[in-house]
Amino acid sequence: MKKTLCLLLAVVMMIGLFAGCGSSSASGTADSGSAAAPAAFKIGGTGPLTGGAAIYGTACANAAALAVEEINAEGGIQFELKYEDDAHDAEKAVNAYNALKDWGMQISLGSVTSTPCVATSAETFADRIFALTPSASSVAVVEGKDNQFQVCFTDPNQGSASAQYIADKKLATKVAVIWKADDVYSKGIYDTFMAAAPGLGLEVVSDTQFMDGNDTDFSVQVADAQANGAELVFLPMYYTPASLIFAQAKQIGYSPVWFGVDGMDGILTLEGFDTSLAEGVILLTPFSADSEDARTAAFVKKYQERFGDIPNQFAADAYDCVYAYAQALKAAGATPDMSAEQICDLMIAQFTTMTYDGITGEGMTWSADGTVTKDPKGMVIQNGTYVGLD
Amino acid sequence: MSFLNFIISGISLGSIYAIIALGYTMVYGIAKMLNFAHGDVIMVGAYICFFAFTKFNLPPVVSVLLAMALCTVLGMTIEKLAYKPLRQAPKLAVLITAIGVSYFLQNAALLLWTSNPKVFPNFFSRSQAGAAEAVNSFSFFGGQLRISYVTVVTILVCLVIMLALTIFTGRTKMGKAMRACSEDKGAAELMGINVDTTISVTFAIGSGLAAIAGVLLCSAYPTLVPTTGSMPGIKAFTAAVFGGIGSIPGALLGGLMLGVIEILAKAYISTQMSDAVVFAVLIIVLLVKPSGLLGKQIHEKV
Repeated sequence: MKKTLCLLLAVVMMIGLFAGCGSSSASGTADSGSAAAPAAFKIGGTGPLTGGAAIYGTACANAAALAVEEINAEGGIQFELKYEDDAHDAEKAVNAYNALKDWGMQISLGSVTSTPCVATSAETFADRIFALTPSASSVAVVEGKDNQFQVCFTDPNQGSASAQYIADKKLATKVAVIWKADDVYSKGIYDTFMAAAPGLGLEVVSDTQFMDGNDTDFSVQVADAQANGAELVFLPMYYTPASLIFAQAKQIGYSPVWFGVDGMDGILTLEGFDTSLAEGVILLTPFSADSEDARTAAFVKKYQERFGDIPNQFAADAYDCVYAYAQALKAAGATPDMSAEQICDLMIAQFTTMTYDGITGEGMTWSADGTVTKDPKGMVIQNGTYVGLD
Repeated sequence: MSFLNFIISGISLGSIYAIIALGYTMVYGIAKMLNFAHGDVIMVGAYICFFAFTKFNLPPVVSVLLAMALCTVLGMTIEKLAYKPLRQAPKLAVLITAIGVSYFLQNAALLLWTSNPKVFPNFFSRSQAGAAEAVNSFSFFGGQLRISYVTVVTILVCLVIMLALTIFTGRTKMGKAMRACSEDKGAAELMGINVDTTISVTFAIGSGLAAIAGVLLCSAYPTLVPTTGSMPGIKAFTAAVFGGIGSIPGALLGGLMLGVIEILAKAYISTQMSDAVVFAVLIIVLLVKPSGLLGKQIHEKV
């Protein structure tokens, strides 16, 4: 009795399997030809919606959803958005990507963070799905892949730009660097900063690191910078460790010029943070939530109403991603019934030629290798708000 | 002078490890299980204190007491739901459950309080007449040497807890029952000791200590995120093993040594390799003395 039941179940499942195959291939052929094509472009992305990096993933998912809503409301190009969780893990990201592919994703927002995006970009490259990542800044994401593009700066770009900026503005000659050794983002910026510094007359007098799990006590790193007489401390890292560095430097009475990169953005939104600690911090960032720009102000207001937080640079990048897509798809005359591969070719042609004005930069252009050109803005924190330096 | 400063930083870091290690060692010593969720109870305690202080404007002392009370309840609930049904199960099953509870707490915190970091208020500063900024450390030799109030408080609290626990387990009836359970659960039960209640009380005490540890941890390193407790938790576990797990003074010694070694390794060897150095020292200690610095050598009878 039991055996027959098992057999029966197995047969049912087999039928189900084949039926599944049959129907999906049938609908696949029907899509390309029939008039009842889906009316919206299926756009998908992966990001850490849970886990330690969730702040970046949720920011991107929220902002992308906001942008999609606005664009859909205008009529014209329609999007259907789906964000899958990758928990900032390469393996989970590939699974999430496969889920999106099964869903029928036509264009991709890549992954939010670098490590997972390196993994998913290999997949999108192989499957000929165009991907534009908001914030995965590692070079490995776009390197050697013709259909992978970034809205954010690549890491090397930030390192050399920072060195250049420090030298141009004569902020200091003796510089200390504190960086996170197990993070591609931090290391990428550090490497190019160190390569560019000597040629610009910057002397790196203190070079100290920290790692995940060892990122609460910075007394040694700060003391080393102080003992070696660094006038400026360069911090290629996210703002959470930076906030601890500021507090611990103050404790030993050390007040150099602090210089951060885009990861420093968001420090003022830290709940309960004593903003006087960040007074005078200089950072290079493409986006500032306090900008006077009307579009930025509208975005910040809407985002804050919907999600309760002030959007960070990740959110702004994702917002720009969706709008850049809308512009490119419109210009290319793409329609939602096209296959992912057809759209991919159109997008490559568009992104390498078009100019896009977004909230993270005016006149953004892309080169064929997928990297973006836009100007980083120097900002300084004064009286608890960002003030433009240039 | 910089050497002295490093030693002080080491002690301040170590005293935090020590206070967390006390909770680990207490639960291990009596229930003979590694409560890997301890680090996350610390995080919950810190969040409760944070919200009590910033959102409900309770005075610091009340906030800390509230955090302790709620963490005690949380600890007992966890014990009742997750560990008690497994009392007869193999040790490994309980260990895996503890890891599960740890992830559960982390993700629940993520849902409840999001991953946006919160900056913990500094309870240990005093405003000085005439000075614009609050003072939060003792300074010596014209400011060349500073010891923050948090460090002093942490060490004092550590000592008080250590003494209290030693007296409690040595002198009181409940303490004796705990020691009996730790030696032989079956025999203790035969002697009329309620093993379940005893273990529940152990968890209650351990979780109450976790709340204090959470407040002190976040006072010293004020960034509060749902994963705040996990790494210090693991380091403190290491410290407890270092000092001899199950030994209350051992937890204090292990914690302080771990902190000092970590800072000195950072200062004089490499900032990148400090954890490797710390764990290398741990391995050497365990090779020479497998039960830890102050652990009791238990001879198994065959």
